[in-house]
Amino acid sequence: MLSPLEQLIQLLAKLPGLGPRSARRSVLHLLKRREVLMQPLIDAMQNAAEQVKPCGTCGNLSDSDPCPICRDPARQNGVLCVVEDVADIWALERSHAFRGRYHVLGGTLSALEGIRPEDLRIDALITRLNQGDLTEVILALNATVEGQTTAHYVAERLAATGVTITRLAHGLPVGGELDYLDDGTLIAAFQSRRKTG
Amino acid sequence: MEWIDEALVLSARPHGENAAVVTLLTATHGRHAGLVSGGQGVRAQPLLQPGNVVQAKWRARLSEHLGHYTLDLMANHTARWFDVPEVLSVIASACAVTEASLPERQPMPGIFAGLQALFQLTDPDLWGVAYVKWEMEILRALGYGLDISKCCVTGETENLAYVSPRSGRAVSLEAGRSYHDRLFPIPSFLLGSALWDADAVRQGLEMTGHFLSRHVFAHPHSRLLIATPGDLPRARQRLAEYYHAATRAVAEVAMA
Repeated sequence: MLSPLEQLIQLLAKLPGLGPRSARRSVLHLLKRREVLMQPLIDAMQNAAEQVKPCGTCGNLSDSDPCPICRDPARQNGVLCVVEDVADIWALERSHAFRGRYHVLGGTLSALEGIRPEDLRIDALITRLNQGDLTEVILALNATVEGQTTAHYVAERLAATGVTITRLAHGLPVGGELDYLDDGTLIAAFQSRRKTG
Repeated sequence: MEWIDEALVLSARPHGENAAVVTLLTATHGRHAGLVSGGQGVRAQPLLQPGNVVQAKWRARLSEHLGHYTLDLMANHTARWFDVPEVLSVIASACAVTEASLPERQPMPGIFAGLQALFQLTDPDLWGVAYVKWEMEILRALGYGLDISKCCVTGETENLAYVSPRSGRAVSLEAGRSYHDRLFPIPSFLLGSALWDADAVRQGLEMTGHFLSRHVFAHPHSRLLIATPGDLPRARQRLAEYYHAATRAVAEVAMA
C-alpha cells in the first residue's frame, strides 16, 4: 500500500513533461505552499473534472455545451476547419489565423495505435455538413503520413456533399533557411510553390 | 555491439516520456527495432516518417538488448506524395505488412531492395502494380510463393488465367472455366501485359491478400498491427478499399 505522498508522486510522474524526479520536486513545492497553491490546485482540478466536457457540436473541450467558439455569432458559419486534436484548436486560436468554426476528429488513422475510421468523428462531421450551410472545409491535419492519409480519407468521405475541400499548405516555415531544411519540407515547398507578382 | 546500416523506417511508437521505439527494415540486419532518445520530439518527427531512408547506427551492450539507434536522414520518400492518396496508402500498407510479416533480426535483402525500389518510383500510376509484385515477393521470401508459370491441372504455360486459392498455383483458362468463380483471376500485369487499370490492381491485392491472410498473418509477428490472427493490417485493408472504390468509380462512369 502506497503512502499518500508516494501515491501523489507516482500520479504526477505520469503527467507529460514530468518524471519521477520532477514529480517529487513538484510535490515538495505543493506541500510547502498548501494554502496558496495546493488547495487552489485541488479546487481547480475538481472543477475541471466536473465541468469540462467535449462540446457536442465540434468536440472542443469546454465548461459549456455548445462551447464558446460554436456559440460565437461573430464567427464565419460557412467555413469549417477540421483538426486532429483540441490542442490544434488552441494553436490556431493563438494565431488568430482563422475565424470560422472547428471540428475535432479525435485522432488520425493509425495502424500502430489501432485507430480506425469508425473511431474518428467523421460521421459527426458529415452530419454537420448536411445540416449547415457550409461552403468550405479546411483539413488542418499534420503533415505526416498518418495525417495526410486521414486527410485523403476524410476528403473522399466528404466528396458526395459537394462542399469545397481544402488543406493547409506544406513548405517553408517562417524564418526557415533553405540550407537547414530537411528534404521532405523542401520537396513539399517546391510542389506547393505559387505565382508571385 | 555496434553496427551501421542503411534502413527504411517502418514505424515509431512512443516509449516513456520522450523516446520512441523505432522499427526499421535494414539492408543487412532485417527488421530491427531500437530506442531513439527524443523520438517523440518535434525535431525527430520528420525523420521518423514511414518510408524514409535513414542511415542507422545501432548500439547495445549485448546483442539481445533492444539497443539505441542514432539515425540520419538519407532520403524522404513521403513528402512528395502528400497529394496522391494511392501512393500514401501504398507506403502505409507496405510498412505495416513488412512490420507484421517479417521475423525480427533476420536479413531479408530481397525484401529490402524491393521495398526501396518501390519507394523510389516516380510515376504514381506504377505504385499499385509494383506493390502487388512486391507482396508476391514477400510471400515467396516467407516460403509461400505463388507459382504462375504453368497450369497446375494441364501443365500448359499458355492461356493462364486463374490462381487456385488453395495451392497458389496457376490454372489455365480452359481448365478453370467450369469453376472460375472460385478462383482468383490473374491480373494482366502479372502475365506480362503492359496495360492495366485500377481493377487489375484490385484483383492483384485480393489475390495476394488472401495468401498473406491465410499463411502469413495467421501467425503475425506483430500483434500491434493485427488484432485477430488472419486479418490483414488495417493500412493494407484501407489500400484494398481504395482500389475497390476506384474500380467502382470507373464502372459508374462507364455505365453513365
